Amino acid sequence: MTDFAEDSVLVLVDVMPSGGLAKSAAGLLGAAASIGTPVALVVTEPGKSAGAAEQAAALGAARVLIADSADASVLTVPAVDALAAAAELVRPDAVLLSNSIEGRDAAGRFAARTRSGLAVDVVGVSRDDEGVVAHHSVYGGAYNVDSAVTFGAPVITVRQGAIDARAEAVAEPSVEQLSVTASGRQAATIESIDEAVVTSSRPELRGAGKVVSGGRGLGSKEQFELVERLADALGAAVGASRAAVDAGYVPQAHQVGQTGVSVSPQLYVALGISGAIQHRAGMQTAKAIVAINKDADAPIFDVADFGVVGDVFTVVPQLIAAIESKQK
Amino acid sequence: MKIVVLIKEVPDTYGERKLNIETGLADRGASEAVLDEIGERSVEVALSHADAHPGTEVVVLSMAPEGSAATIRKGLAMGAGSAVHVVDPGLVGADTGLTAEVLAAALRRVGFDLVIGGNVSTDGSGGVLPAMIAELLDVPSATSLNAVEITEDRVSGERASDAATMRVSATLPAVISVTERLPEGRFPNFKGIMAAKKKPFETVTLADLGIDPEAPEASRSIVIGVSEKPPREAGVKIVDEGDAGEQLAEFLAQNRLV
Repeated sequence: MTDFAEDSVLVLVDVMPSGGLAKSAAGLLGAAASIGTPVALVVTEPGKSAGAAEQAAALGAARVLIADSADASVLTVPAVDALAAAAELVRPDAVLLSNSIEGRDAAGRFAARTRSGLAVDVVGVSRDDEGVVAHHSVYGGAYNVDSAVTFGAPVITVRQGAIDARAEAVAEPSVEQLSVTASGRQAATIESIDEAVVTSSRPELRGAGKVVSGGRGLGSKEQFELVERLADALGAAVGASRAAVDAGYVPQAHQVGQTGVSVSPQLYVALGISGAIQHRAGMQTAKAIVAINKDADAPIFDVADFGVVGDVFTVVPQLIAAIESKQK
Repeated sequence: MKIVVLIKEVPDTYGERKLNIETGLADRGASEAVLDEIGERSVEVALSHADAHPGTEVVVLSMAPEGSAATIRKGLAMGAGSAVHVVDPGLVGADTGLTAEVLAAALRRVGFDLVIGGNVSTDGSGGVLPAMIAELLDVPSATSLNAVEITEDRVSGERASDAATMRVSATLPAVISVTERLPEGRFPNFKGIMAAKKKPFETVTLADLGIDPEAPEASRSIVIGVSEKPPREAGVKIVDEGDAGEQLAEFLAQNRLV
C-alpha cells in the first residue's frame, strides 16, 4: 500500500501503558487535519493496538498504521524505528508528535536520525506556499514566533492542550500493519512501570479549561484546601506557585510557571500569588485572569482582568457561596 | 569514570526576557545571563557522585557565545574539573539539530562514560537535546529522571513519564536528563571560585569539531517571523469592602465562566 495522499501528515499518537490513546491525540489529529490528511501511527506492544486504532479513527485519522510488535521493555527506540518506517512509506508533508516526555524523546531521536528540521513546543500549525509553518509562543507567551524548515518534512512537537481544532471522525478507516525493521540502536531498558492512578476527580492541570492556583499567601498545607474547594466549585484543576510548592503545600506536579506546567485556560484564578515573572510566564496566555491578594502592589494585578485586594480567607468562601447559589 | 555535564547560559527567568524582532534571536543584552538552574542540578548529580567515588572526572560542556565563559566557569567553581566551551560565529541562531550535532561531536572528542543534561531549559523549553545527542552517539538515553543511581557500568533511576512512573536503566556509556526533583546545585564557595581560575578551560570551534553548519544534507529549522504580543492590560481592581466575593462571582457569570 503506497497510495497515501500527497498532503499526508504523519501523527505519532501517544499510547498509555494501559493501551488507550493519550488525551493529546485529539489535538494532534485536529492539527494534522488542518494542514492535510492525517495518518496516525500507533506503536504498542503485541495485542494492545486494537482499541487505540479505533480511537485514532474516531479522532480523525483516515489511515491508521499499526506497529504492535514493539518490545515494551525498550525505551523510545522502538517508537522511533516505527516512525522511520512509517515516514519512509507515507512520505508525509510533516510529522507531528505530542510535546510530551515520550513524544519529545521520539521526535528528537527521529529528527537526529533523519537529519530533519525539528520544531518543538508548537502551539499551532498552518501551511503557506512553501510548506508547513509551525507557530510558537515564546518566553511565556510574550512573543509569537513562526518557524519553517529549510527542506523536507518538518518534525513538530505540539504543546498539549494548545490546539482547539478537532478533526471529524472517520467511520471506516483503513487500518494497516506496518512492517518495522529494528535499527538496533542502543536503548535504555524499562524495568517496571507504575501507571499513575487518577486519585482525584478534578481535571488534569495540563490542558485544563479552568485553573485555580494558590500561592504562599495560603499560609499552610491545611489552608491550601481553600484552593481545592474553589477549584471544585468551578470544576477547575488545581495549580500552585513555586513558592507554595517549595513550602510543601502541594506536590510539584501542580507547579504553574516557567519551570512547571504552562497553562492557557479559559479562566485562571490566582489566590495569594504575588505573580513573579516566573509564574506569569506559565499562565499569562489565559483568556481571563482573576487575582485575589492582600498586597495591592502585587504584580499579578498587572495582568489580571479582575483583581481583588483583600484577604483570600474572607473573599474566597463568599465567592464559593455565590457560585453555588448561581449554580442552583 | 568520566561524567560530562551539559550546561547552558540562559536569560534570567526572574528578569525581563526579550527577542530581537528583526532577527528572531534572543536579545542577550536585555537581561542578566545566568547558568540555567537545571544545569546546576545536573552538575550537582555529577559532583555528588564524584564526592563518593574518588577518581571520577567531571567535565562541563557548553555551546554558547563568546561572552558566556564566565557563566560556564561557574560549573568549575561548583567543583567540575574542567570545562569545554564550543564557540563559533557559525552557531548564531543554531537550531536543535545543529546544536545536537555540535554537542555530540564535542562529546566524542572529550570522551565520556555518562552525559548528564537537564530535562528542559528555562528559555527554549525544548527538551529534545539529550535524546538527539544519544541518537547521534548511538548510546542509550534515559530522560526525565527524578532520581539517579550511578554504578561502574550502569545508570538507573526513576523516570517521570507522562502517564506513569517507570524504573529505567542503561549500560554506560549513556545519556541521561534530570528533572527539578534532583537536589539544587551547591553554592560555589570562595575556595572553589579561586580554584576555578586555574582549571583547564578549553575553547573549541566548529572547525576543530569538523562540523559544517551549512551542511546541505541536513534540514534546519529557521525562524520566519517574530512578533511581540501586546502586553496584557490590567482590568478592574477592587478593594474588598465585604462584597468582593459576590462581585467576583458576578464577573465570572457575566463572562460565562461559571
